[in-house]
Amino acid sequence: MSTTLKRVHGYLAEFESVHDLYHAAEHVRDAGYSRWDCHSPFPIHGLDVAMGVKRSKLPWIVFFGGAAGTTTAFLLQWITQNIIYPTVVQAKPTVGVWSLPAWFPVMFELTVLFSAFTTLFGLLALIGLPRLNHPIFASKRFAKFSDDTFFVCIEARDPKFSQEGTKSFLEKIGGKNVELVEDDI
Amino acid sequence: MEATATAPASSSAPATPRILEREPLVLNHRSYSWITNRICGIVENKQPGLWWALFIPSVILAGVMVFCFTYLIAAGVGVWGQKQPVAWAWDITNFVFWIGIGHAGTLISAILFLTRQKWRTSVNRAAEAMTIFAVMCAGVYPMFHVGRVWMVWFLAPIPNANAIWQNFKSPLLWDVFAVSTYFSVSVVFWYIGLVPDLATLRDRCKPGLKKLLYGMFALGWRGANRHWSHYETAYMLLAALSTPLVLSVHSVVSFDFATSVVPGWHTTIFPPYFVAGAIFGGFAMVLTLMIPCRKIYGLQDLITPKHIDNMAKIILLTGTIVGYAYCMELFMAYYSASPYEGAAFKLRTLDGPSVWYYYAMFFCNVISPQLFWFRWARHNMWTVMAVSMCVNAGMWYERYVIIVTTLEVHMTPGAWRTFHATWVDNWTFIGTFGFFMMNFLLFLRFLPVIAIGEVKGVLPESNPHHDPHGEKGVQEEDLMGYPDRHVPKAANA
Repeated sequence: MSTTLKRVHGYLAEFESVHDLYHAAEHVRDAGYSRWDCHSPFPIHGLDVAMGVKRSKLPWIVFFGGAAGTTTAFLLQWITQNIIYPTVVQAKPTVGVWSLPAWFPVMFELTVLFSAFTTLFGLLALIGLPRLNHPIFASKRFAKFSDDTFFVCIEARDPKFSQEGTKSFLEKIGGKNVELVEDDI
Repeated sequence: MEATATAPASSSAPATPRILEREPLVLNHRSYSWITNRICGIVENKQPGLWWALFIPSVILAGVMVFCFTYLIAAGVGVWGQKQPVAWAWDITNFVFWIGIGHAGTLISAILFLTRQKWRTSVNRAAEAMTIFAVMCAGVYPMFHVGRVWMVWFLAPIPNANAIWQNFKSPLLWDVFAVSTYFSVSVVFWYIGLVPDLATLRDRCKPGLKKLLYGMFALGWRGANRHWSHYETAYMLLAALSTPLVLSVHSVVSFDFATSVVPGWHTTIFPPYFVAGAIFGGFAMVLTLMIPCRKIYGLQDLITPKHIDNMAKIILLTGTIVGYAYCMELFMAYYSASPYEGAAFKLRTLDGPSVWYYYAMFFCNVISPQLFWFRWARHNMWTVMAVSMCVNAGMWYERYVIIVTTLEVHMTPGAWRTFHATWVDNWTFIGTFGFFMMNFLLFLRFLPVIAIGEVKGVLPESNPHHDPHGEKGVQEEDLMGYPDRHVPKAANA
């Protein structure tokens, strides 16, 4: 059963081109907003700087994922080849560190494998996806973000947000069809 | 088949043509929504008759493959033609053939990404899909070649009832790790690339099952720049991981041969030679798939003659590297003064039982791509198709020459025996083509064949410093650098 109660998510403004979005982002950043985002059909180079977004921490996470892969492969081979089941084949040294060169391929592969999965899950963790819905999808116009329209959304939970001030601000920086996005509670 | 309808006349240079002006990657100044409509239209509209004409036989052939493997399980691996001394025959030939095809996909998606080759955006999605399906076709061969396919889990390093552990010094085990890692990473890379485009498909669907499914796999993507920022880092990381991975996979495959003591296999040239050959064969397969695709689905503005031209040049380069490797093998056979090495190559090229395979390989892989020195050959779709077909066949011959013709005349002349393929060999191989095509056609039917978001990103107007009211076409060089690294001219002075 739906209720008539709505919760304000924020203001959504449309921009026609990357150029307009980029400059709008600079204005929003300079106005001191913190809870806001740009939405675009493709990544725009330089928009991070225009928005004041910091560099992603993902490489650090992946570094440790990869290191875990290397360690796993090393221990897997060390324990099985030296301790549990030493095999004398191909006239290669059996015990100790001397068979290490023969282990490099598997160590490399597992490093890559662990890094790739850390990249995937690290990315999802950092961006908070997957999620079933998001208040911004309440806007009918928003579906065009994945086609050819660029959006700026300033959220209501931003300390600088105000019902009137934010709307006129978005219009002033060139936003079209500025819309109050409200979500069913 | 020339893309005359979309001749680049309208995208010609400004009034004062500059030297080495870059050709646009999307012709006829197509808009963002045109790109969305054209690519999503393939998924949303009814498929052309040709799609069904290819899909139905593909499904039947995939069924034949399943039948052949079922028969093999029931009767034993002896239904294939290999017997001593040719213990590795078509199965390993086909394994190396298919895994090699996959390499072009990763080259396009990873190496060309790291080297900022923006033309990759039009072909990377389909090439990555091709990679995944080709690796699937490759994977089944060693799986069944072990003889008792139900014991194949013994390849995995997990404790088993006999308390036996794998020999980690064996290239065959390295191969298990390399190929399974390659497959997993390719799927992750492909999927991460697909997420924004799945969101596009989701946003265009009417509510229903389709929207639910696309929505589920789009993970709730909303194109937020705070997401794009992490996403681009993730994409870059995967590209950086896949680049050494793809080079390692075929190197490890070549170790299966190179670390043995078989004359004709025991050479240090194998890893680079295999990698170049894999990229060579893979690009031929990409062209074989994409040239008909662009024609059937009207994608000539997105996959332009420039794209075909670039890929033809890569085929020419890698084909010539492969040709160099062939000659170097012969030279080393002579220069090493090893009688066994010399005999192996003499039998391979002059008086062995399967000499014609060698010359078929040489013609297809080294001679035929030389046509691509000429611009007309790279721009005529029929020539490109013909050379690609030659290369597809040639790369199979190459693996046959390396594997089968070497083993046929291996060491003891008393044990020499010529290999003859059985009907199961033939139909299993044909069946894998059916399986591959079936998957590729389903991919065309349900997923965006071109990376929609990425193609939009290479349009000149996607550069924030592009002035929408300014002169068109002059912003091309701005695309080459990151705007955030731009230093104002005044600061330079």
